[in-house]
Amino acid sequence: MSNISGMMGRKVGMTQVFSDEGQMVPVTVLEVGPCTVLQKKIADRDGYNAVQLGFCKRPWSRINLPQQGHMKKAGLASGFRHVREIRVDDPDAFEVGQVITLKDVEVRQLVDVVGTTKGRGFAGTVKRHGFSRGPMGHGSKHHRAVGSTGMSATPSRVIKGKKMPGRMGGDRCTIKNYLVIDVRPEENIILVKGGVPGAVNQMVHVRFK
Amino acid sequence: MDILRRLAMEQMRIDLPRFRPGDTVRVHVKIRETEEKERIQVFEGVVISRKGSGLSETFTVRKISYGVGVERIFPVHSPRIEKVELTQEGRHNRSKLYYLRGLRGKAMRQKIRSRS
Repeated sequence: MSNISGMMGRKVGMTQVFSDEGQMVPVTVLEVGPCTVLQKKIADRDGYNAVQLGFCKRPWSRINLPQQGHMKKAGLASGFRHVREIRVDDPDAFEVGQVITLKDVEVRQLVDVVGTTKGRGFAGTVKRHGFSRGPMGHGSKHHRAVGSTGMSATPSRVIKGKKMPGRMGGDRCTIKNYLVIDVRPEENIILVKGGVPGAVNQMVHVRFK
Repeated sequence: MDILRRLAMEQMRIDLPRFRPGDTVRVHVKIRETEEKERIQVFEGVVISRKGSGLSETFTVRKISYGVGVERIFPVHSPRIEKVELTQEGRHNRSKLYYLRGLRGKAMRQKIRSRS
């Protein structure tokens, strides 16, 4: 079977399952694949070896014309919402139009998941950097404020990299070594232990080891 | 959402009797002593609460063991439960019978007397 190092998926949500020992295990359900090969990148021509995959089918009417033209080269009935390249050692092991499912992937113990964390907007230092907050009562007037940002006349400036309020979340986040609890190739479902970054229905990238 | 519900349904147990707070039950629990050996222990007492919903629902059983009140919380759908026997149906006027913790002996017995 052709081995691929990663696939695209969708976060379905979290639930609990019973392990073989009868213990409750918190799991995140990911719908991974099916991904379709749209293009092959070959070292001689493109400078690197990779396959371009499409995930999450959507009708042609929802895809702009430049992308339609690219996807139609692979001879497909409908387009894809997400397109991403995955490095492979040997692109000739894949065919354009080939559908990759979890069946093509062995059940492996550990996977990495790459997602985009939930956006938190402009967040203060308590949420963003885990600062402690001041007392809420007794006339304190110092509730969730930043506090001191540095020293006095020397150096009379704020040191670079000082943790301050700002935009939080919406970042690409990789979490390594998720334990795979269950794989169901016929349903395109994979269950990993613990939480996965990002909101429900968001695209995630699953890397196999 | 549909997938999550289906996953939960697959693991839910439908073989257990319907029991409510106030009922007296015998819970047969599988206990693993070593890798190979497994035996069954019975925990008999009054159900004083059922909490949660779906796959994560739990119930609390209370009994008096050698004069000491003992409570165990079981997940309703746990595979560690061999079976649940309903020995006596109780009459209850609330869903959580935590007030039984403050009662002893006869007073407790009267509170959980059988439904007629």
